[in-house]
Amino acid sequence: MATGEHKHPNYMAIFWYLAILTVVEIAVIYTPLAKFTIGVLLCALALGKAALVAMYFMHLKFETRTLGMVAVTPLLIATLLVFVLLPDGFAVMKRTVGVKAATTEPAKH
Amino acid sequence: MSQAAAVHGAVEPAESPLTPESWGKLGMWIFLAGDAVGFGTLLAGYGAMRATSADWPSPYEVLGINLTALMTFLLICSSVTMVKALEWLGKGDKIRAQKYLFYTALGGAIFVSLQAYEWTHLMHRGLHINGNPWGASLFGTSFFLVTGFHGLHVTGGVIYLLSILRVVARRPAPEASYNAVEIAGLYWHFVDLVWIMVFTFMYLL
Repeated sequence: MATGEHKHPNYMAIFWYLAILTVVEIAVIYTPLAKFTIGVLLCALALGKAALVAMYFMHLKFETRTLGMVAVTPLLIATLLVFVLLPDGFAVMKRTVGVKAATTEPAKH
Repeated sequence: MSQAAAVHGAVEPAESPLTPESWGKLGMWIFLAGDAVGFGTLLAGYGAMRATSADWPSPYEVLGINLTALMTFLLICSSVTMVKALEWLGKGDKIRAQKYLFYTALGGAIFVSLQAYEWTHLMHRGLHINGNPWGASLFGTSFFLVTGFHGLHVTGGVIYLLSILRVVARRPAPEASYNAVEIAGLYWHFVDLVWIMVFTFMYLL
């Protein structure tokens, strides 16, 4: 019997947090901040929203450590993935920029 | 009932994960962790392609975010109706639980419909899987791949929710379907969580 053992958090409060954070996200892209700052803010806001959903809607806050570890694993893999992709990214970027410079040079003459 | 719950609460401390209920949840969480790696790979691939492209279009100028913001809001609302369904089922109100489960499935169905509308609209403006008028052709490829993969998850979720709705309707005791609804909820909230990421990385950034 699974009923009764879960304390249900205040779901409507979480809903309002999520709605407000979404509005903030949309407002952020129209602010005159630097592109990098906007990017960092958007990532932080998205992670915050995701954490709210996982912790309260998916009850992760009230679950066992085992489930918490299962949930954190993909985050670790995703972080590793970014580092795995970085060298490739830089290599292609260098080549693309090099090609661009090479093709625009003769066009000027 | 309350006595059973009290006993159950006493028997199940935080560190005994091997009850039939928690097996189901553990299974769903492991599936979702795998699925999250799938989405993580897609988004990381998107980031790598975008970072290395010289003419990547600015997504929010090209795609338009008004409709997508509405879709985001809709999915958040459907997450709320999902937790409400579980809450009512926990209180023993089967009718209300079924009503909220139906609202959740309806929210998902409207989401997929809006996505179909958005896709049609964007295709008319020239966004295709192999090219677009604004720049890198991979922009269209990745857009349709990632939003399509998510859309399939929502479609599957709607079918899943409707079948769970049948389970709730068929089992006389509300608590008999509590676990099934909770597990379905995990899937549904995950789909919402992924959309939060997709909305941020593919539309806003």
